[in-house]
Amino acid sequence: MNKHVSPKMNRRAFVIGTAAVGTGLAIGLDLPFGGPAVVRAADGSPEVNAWVVIRPDDTVVIRIARSEMGQGSLTGLAQLVAEELECDWSKVTTEYPTPGQSVARKRVWGDFSTGGSRGIRSSQDYVRKGGATARVMLIQAAADEWKVPASECTVAKGVITHKASGKTTTYGRVAEAAAKLTPPTEVKLKDPKDWTIVGKGLLRLDTADKTTGTMVYGIDIKLPGMLNAAIKDCPVFGGKVKSFDEAKITGMKGVKKVVKVGDSAVAVVADTWWQAKTALEALPIVWDEGDNAKVSSETIAKWLAEGLDDAQPAYVGNKNGDVKAAIASAAKKVEAVYNYPYQNHATMEPMNATALYTTDKCEVWCGTQNGEAAFAAVLEASGLPAEKCDVHKVMLGGGFGRRGMTDYVRQAVAIAKQMPGTPIKLLWSREEDMTHGKYHPITQCKMTGAFDADNNLVALHYRLSGQSILFSVRPDALQNGMDPAAFQGVAQSGEAALGYSVPNLLVEHSMRNPHVPPGFWRGVNVNHNAIYMECFMDELAHAAGQDPLEFRRKLMGKNPKHLAVLNAVAEKIGWTTPAPQGVYRGIAQVMGYGSYVAGAAEISVTDGSKIKVLRIVASTDPGYVVNPAQVERQIAGSFVYGLSALFYGGCTVKDGRIEQTNFDTFNSMRINEMPKVESVMVPSGGFWGGVGEPTIGVAAPAVLNAYFAATGKRIRSVPLRDQNISFA
Amino acid sequence: MANLTINGKTFTLDVEPDTPLLWAIRENAGLTGTKYGCGIAQCGACTVHMDGVATRSCGISVAEAEGKKITTIEGLASGSTLHKVQQAWIAKDVPQCGYCQSGMIMAVAALLNEKPKPTDADIDEAITNICRCGTFQQVREAIHTIASA
Ligand code: FES
Ligand code: FES
Repeated sequence: MNKHVSPKMNRRAFVIGTAAVGTGLAIGLDLPFGGPAVVRAADGSPEVNAWVVIRPDDTVVIRIARSEMGQGSLTGLAQLVAEELECDWSKVTTEYPTPGQSVARKRVWGDFSTGGSRGIRSSQDYVRKGGATARVMLIQAAADEWKVPASECTVAKGVITHKASGKTTTYGRVAEAAAKLTPPTEVKLKDPKDWTIVGKGLLRLDTADKTTGTMVYGIDIKLPGMLNAAIKDCPVFGGKVKSFDEAKITGMKGVKKVVKVGDSAVAVVADTWWQAKTALEALPIVWDEGDNAKVSSETIAKWLAEGLDDAQPAYVGNKNGDVKAAIASAAKKVEAVYNYPYQNHATMEPMNATALYTTDKCEVWCGTQNGEAAFAAVLEASGLPAEKCDVHKVMLGGGFGRRGMTDYVRQAVAIAKQMPGTPIKLLWSREEDMTHGKYHPITQCKMTGAFDADNNLVALHYRLSGQSILFSVRPDALQNGMDPAAFQGVAQSGEAALGYSVPNLLVEHSMRNPHVPPGFWRGVNVNHNAIYMECFMDELAHAAGQDPLEFRRKLMGKNPKHLAVLNAVAEKIGWTTPAPQGVYRGIAQVMGYGSYVAGAAEISVTDGSKIKVLRIVASTDPGYVVNPAQVERQIAGSFVYGLSALFYGGCTVKDGRIEQTNFDTFNSMRINEMPKVESVMVPSGGFWGGVGEPTIGVAAPAVLNAYFAATGKRIRSVPLRDQNISFA
Repeated sequence: MANLTINGKTFTLDVEPDTPLLWAIRENAGLTGTKYGCGIAQCGACTVHMDGVATRSCGISVAEAEGKKITTIEGLASGSTLHKVQQAWIAKDVPQCGYCQSGMIMAVAALLNEKPKPTDADIDEAITNICRCGTFQQVREAIHTIASA
């Protein structure tokens, strides 16, 4: 990534003025050639290394490159550093380095991208080493001062002790000397069994400001002389602006300028956003909607349905045996077609970014899941080189994948570029956000299962038809045209492997990419694949006259980790004992993002169409649990996101545009619809899996399977809103 | 021009009378703790208290808010003592991204004012805010903790 960025060492002090927003950091980088290279934080405190700054009062500032959007990894990552650092947790605080600083320092903070449930799992190794390295240097500095061997010194909670002489000192007192030492080339990480900070359900580090209204999100940025922009992009994806009649709104209160943004959008800049939005609504705009205006949900559905036909070409993602022959000679076969719609991320905070462009500098303040991608977008949109750009990250009002994209950043820069010297805050209305998302991709799936005369499953054909995210977002990641991520949850091996062994198996994808832009949406392809596979497994179990849990177990002998989480939920929900009168159960399991998850639901149904989700049991094996309290919240939250998607989440297309414009037509569940969620964490160690996303996969199938148990009816289409089924 | 009483202070704001209270609070009074989520009174992110009643500030105009006592999240604490809902939110680690929580906290504070010991049914009825991160389980637990204190 960051192809556009050519890392360059920069001798000038890299002082970034973020004081105006009250958060973020200012680092004065002093990197002279040759001399003692103590890098200092803005307040003059020494960096022991890139991850750790220690202030004279013993405050430990831990640098976090990944973004916090509610998932808690800011706290989790700090725990990992603090564990190895052996510092006093009560003195820990965190700060974000900027991507510009990182690039100027040869990407010393590594990857900034925060998606794919990777925040912790793909940086745990080097951030722990960062903590361990700093610890070794701090101890060495004390030992040097006392002229004793470092091996005779111990440390606990940031206090270094030399037992023989009775001397003690603190990290704050030796940090200056430690910062001058050469870092050790190798450090040994603690054995997980010795962890005292990692593995504990510590309180988050970023809560207080979220309860007083003082946390700064992108929407809250204030800069001197700042103006506000509202934007309207062509309602039909791929369309263009033909013309707009600026004269109609020029006299309106507060309006400063009307600008074209790229070739598809128009923005009004005004003193306040409300003025900008009011004027934008009054602005006559003529669009060139293009051919995409002919596309509708019906035309898309028809095109996808054609992809279910074996005669159409498809990419093979997972295969063994000879499925077609096995189905042809089977004693019994079962077939079903499912579908999954477009869905908007609907982060609570609509997309926004603030940009300040001058001829020799371009800075952006925004919530982003990928600081470096936002930085690359700023470079490209501003046309300025890396050393003249930066991105200041703030708290995200939700990400769920949406803020890994950089469209809103580019727009803000494009507007600011037309008003040099004036900071511009671009904020999307909810309507703009709903209709210009990067949607959960649309798919259909036809599955065929075949049994021998003894009701053993001998073949499974899983034929997916629909949209590829990578095709649109990262075409470089396609493999000879195939999107490997399309098989998340049903793959042969890897971090999203299918948990069943079937002697004849064919999993394939007929790729069809409508014009509606797709994006990574919390859970991504696991969501629909888990519904298709897990609901169909339930169908197969019933066709074979077997218990859905027992039926699965028989196919999972070669996948003990998948089986272990399934067993854990079965036991906790009491699968083998009858449910209370009027209560029905469903079960599901899947692997995604390197973790194994399972879920079981207890529901009741009134009038065949009103579902009360009473209780959920969810199990996860992510290898290691860094903060169980946060994992529990991610699991509970996954059911809110996943069940909102099941009941309400459908974006339909008419005349080339998305029909749902706000929460009145794209609803999200409320507290009265929330089931009790019980988490069972069974970390088995030896690998690092993700947490934020995998559980979403089991939310919908567990409930749909329970719905079948209650009513004998299969629902094969999401959302339930469109099947006239609702929460009770 | 509008005269608004927010958190005990009088603000004279240069806004059109039909400006939604939310935007007058955020942009003209400069109190950004109150959040925008939908603008159509659906999500509750913009909840403030108007004469003590939880009110979605995107859905009423400044003209309607004149003469009323408005409290925003910034004015919920008494001096340096946080409101019991804020304290419970910190102790129970309720917020995830936190964006909906100003509105959630204001809605809960109003509920507890009216019903100090709400039942689950009371909570279900009164708290209709959207939280996309899904903090509902912690919200409910924290309310019960406050009620039983
Ligand atoms: S912003 Fe007022 S209810 Fe959503
Ligand atoms: S905490 Fe993020 S939307 Fe509620």
